[in-house]
Amino acid sequence: MKFGYYPGCAADGSGIEYHMSMERTAAILGFEMQELEDWNCCGATSGHNTDKLLSVALPARNLAIAERSGLNMVVAPCAACYSRHRYAEHTIQHDPEMRSKVEQVLELDLSGSTETLSILDVLVNKIGTEAIAAKVTNPLTTMKAACYYGCLLVRPVEHTGFDDPEDPQTMDKIMKALGADPIDWSHKTECCGAALVTSRPDVGMRMLYRVLKDAKESGAECIVTACPLCMLNLDMRQAAVEKQFGEKLALPVYYVTELLALACGDQPQQVGLEKHFVEAGTYLQTIEVRGAEARAAAERAAQEAAEKARAKAEAAAAARAAAAKAAAKKAEAADGQAGEAKKAGEGKPAAAADADQKKIDAFVTAFTKNPEKLAAKLVANEAQAGVLVSILDEKKRNKLASLMVKDMELAKKAAAAFVQQELKKQGECQD
Amino acid sequence: MENSVLLSPADNNQKVLIRKLEQEAGTSINLCYQCGKCTAGCPAAFAMDHPPRQVIRMLQLGLTEMALNSNSIWICASCETCSSRCPRGVDIASLMDTMRREALKRGLTDKKVAAFNKAFLANVKNFGRAFEAGLLLQYNLTTGQPFKDMELGLPMVQRGKASPLPHKIKGRQEMKKIFERVARFGGEE
Repeated sequence: MKFGYYPGCAADGSGIEYHMSMERTAAILGFEMQELEDWNCCGATSGHNTDKLLSVALPARNLAIAERSGLNMVVAPCAACYSRHRYAEHTIQHDPEMRSKVEQVLELDLSGSTETLSILDVLVNKIGTEAIAAKVTNPLTTMKAACYYGCLLVRPVEHTGFDDPEDPQTMDKIMKALGADPIDWSHKTECCGAALVTSRPDVGMRMLYRVLKDAKESGAECIVTACPLCMLNLDMRQAAVEKQFGEKLALPVYYVTELLALACGDQPQQVGLEKHFVEAGTYLQTIEVRGAEARAAAERAAQEAAEKARAKAEAAAAARAAAAKAAAKKAEAADGQAGEAKKAGEGKPAAAADADQKKIDAFVTAFTKNPEKLAAKLVANEAQAGVLVSILDEKKRNKLASLMVKDMELAKKAAAAFVQQELKKQGECQD
Repeated sequence: MENSVLLSPADNNQKVLIRKLEQEAGTSINLCYQCGKCTAGCPAAFAMDHPPRQVIRMLQLGLTEMALNSNSIWICASCETCSSRCPRGVDIASLMDTMRREALKRGLTDKKVAAFNKAFLANVKNFGRAFEAGLLLQYNLTTGQPFKDMELGLPMVQRGKASPLPHKIKGRQEMKKIFERVARFGGEE
């Protein structure tokens, strides 16, 4: 898989570890990143604070470079760069007036076909967490990580849309794939203060403190980010926050790409871990020891459980065999009794029913062969017998035959009724 | 009557301005029913003289001067929480952005923020990239706080996190032209 790569201006400065670990991530997972040729700054906050057209035109130049290079997808690891490029894409696609102005400013036509992607979107939706998990050699078992998404990776939803704006999960999924335990916390999408920490420290430092404090109180032992400005604030200014609010936080902060590379076997210096302000190596060593212990304990527990399960299964099998034997014996005995009972109980009525049916059949045959003789037995005189014979059909023959077997009187009554019915019918016709 | 507000309809100039702000922000202030969800979720509301809901109310009432003079538009961190949570779909963050630009045109700006933005965009115009180290130094000097973030400067250099020289892109002429043409459309020079 091939992506365009937009490193952003922090890549050779404050966010150099992000750039280093991003390249390592691509190498480890086997996707290609082609840096956009002669890319320019997206204008960042200063751009959209100053002029709307400028704030679209600056990223649009990069989108045009991607288009020219035949790159449909561009990875922008910096959350702010990602946001500005998404905004430009959205404007070019949905605001024809603005698009025309941007095309005049850049003196070129834009097709709006390039899609800028965040690293979280790429890792989860293009590469997949199974593929990541398959590369892990040093799992981050027992790492209690607060996955921090901040603002611009998940908002505004119309421009981002790859995750939930209130409780995003993509980074949590990546961390799980690396073996870590992402914690639940309330500030995962709260603003870290962004540029306010520099321009208005009276406001920004409090915002930053709230994020750090919530992570700490929620049980996190480190914070994971996917934004160089969040990293700058959370990591480089953490000491100042501790000093101002009189609270020890000691939370190492990592880029998600750094942890990915480390979990896949990279050495800390390959991703620039020593460049962090809050010491980040010790916690990883702690995790290595604690994780190994936890994995060994889990293995022991699994073995014990398997042992127990096997013993239990064996006992259960033995019990089942014994029960089956007993049941078979019982069933044999029961079968014997039941067989006798059947012979004794059911034989009689069945034989009787057979005999009755034979008699009925005999009467039916007689009715067919010699109807006058039988009719005479059922009715009072010859005239009625004649009527009865004339109306006998199969149904009536069967009915009379079965009644004659059961009760002669009932048969006589039925025959009389048949005759009466017929006479009445004839009478009506005559009338 | 010192603290009362005249609820008379906005005059024509104000109406025109409000329409312009709405159009540029791509949203409508009349959708707002003042529930206050934007303010409740705003991580910077504690420092604002008029939190987001009140700024929107000012615009609804035609109090454009008051809104543009509010410190809220400069304290807003553009985190987009308000817009993503608004049950009426008002793009409050975009309005804040639009109001910042309008205030800037009128010279009603937070001087430090304006100084930073100007220095930043000058970098982009001249080099094509933002030059972090130079930018911070320039910002600190122009705002008269040369020792600001001293505790970060040296460690950043030691750790190789501060590029000592600006990276200049090849298309610098192109960048200059972009800024010039934007200015011709009535924007930043």
